[in-house]
Amino acid sequence: MKFGVVVFPGSNCDRDVAYVTRDLLGQPTRMVWHQDTDIDDLDAIVIPGGFSYGDYLRCGAIARFSPVMQQVVAHAQKGKLVLGICNGFQVLTEAGLLPGILTRNRDLHFICDRVPLTVENQSSPWMQSYTRGEMITLPIAHGEGRFYADQRTLAEIEGNGQVVLRYAGENPNGSLNNIAGISNRQGNVVGMMPHPERASDPMLGGDDGLRLFQGLLEKVAALT
Amino acid sequence: MQTKYLAKIFVTLRPSVLDPAGVAVQSGLQQMGYDHVENVRIGKYIELTITSTEESKARQDMDRICDQMLANPVIENYRFELIEVETQTGVF
Repeated sequence: MKFGVVVFPGSNCDRDVAYVTRDLLGQPTRMVWHQDTDIDDLDAIVIPGGFSYGDYLRCGAIARFSPVMQQVVAHAQKGKLVLGICNGFQVLTEAGLLPGILTRNRDLHFICDRVPLTVENQSSPWMQSYTRGEMITLPIAHGEGRFYADQRTLAEIEGNGQVVLRYAGENPNGSLNNIAGISNRQGNVVGMMPHPERASDPMLGGDDGLRLFQGLLEKVAALT
Repeated sequence: MQTKYLAKIFVTLRPSVLDPAGVAVQSGLQQMGYDHVENVRIGKYIELTITSTEESKARQDMDRICDQMLANPVIENYRFELIEVETQTGVF
């Protein structure tokens, strides 16, 4: 399957994602500049972490108006696969592909750590290889990762089983309901604050993140 | 006839949203002895100029600009002021 990794001015985890999909998984992978408007060849598109447009205004607020984002929205609406990691998650909420918003961490610190997480739902194609209730460990690194949504939206997200990952230990940033990652209703779009690409090569001390990408391949292989 | 307006835009967090930066500033002020300071909220102030044939058109554009990019209605409210700074008649 063919992956695309969007590159905004300020993206800095783009190559890490490409290393996972291209080098560790051997899948064709293309870097997609934010001004590109043709992504029809891609099966899955990843919006990586970093500081798109310098993280000014609100994180992700300016990036969502990049030409490529219209195509990403269309791609998602066709049911194709979209993953947003960290700043990529923020971009997806600003673009309206995922509900809620990510705001300043409760304690105002930039947090760089490894955190335990509970897998809440594995029905999304992105979460295939995990089991519900499983504990995994992934790195986080963010200053604005506190998930917020109004009460009605939050109840909807919970009711529809859209929470895919929850912080299992101490809530690092004050996220509502300990939410670390969510999907859209269909499950093809997922956003998460933890970095699965930084836990994909065992040399870096863990490969819980690699399974996210592997699960996707298994799902696609099973369909074809 | 084109008129140039200065727009002064104030973006503030909705009252229901926790403002950790505001809380930090409030506790700092209290440490300084200002016990009577309450409800510190930190927002954004943005200035821009916009040229338009009518003030109502400029207001409509500003509403859209604020709603689409400058504020996120999930967590923020906004308001703006327009000040006429220059009028050009096109006849020089």
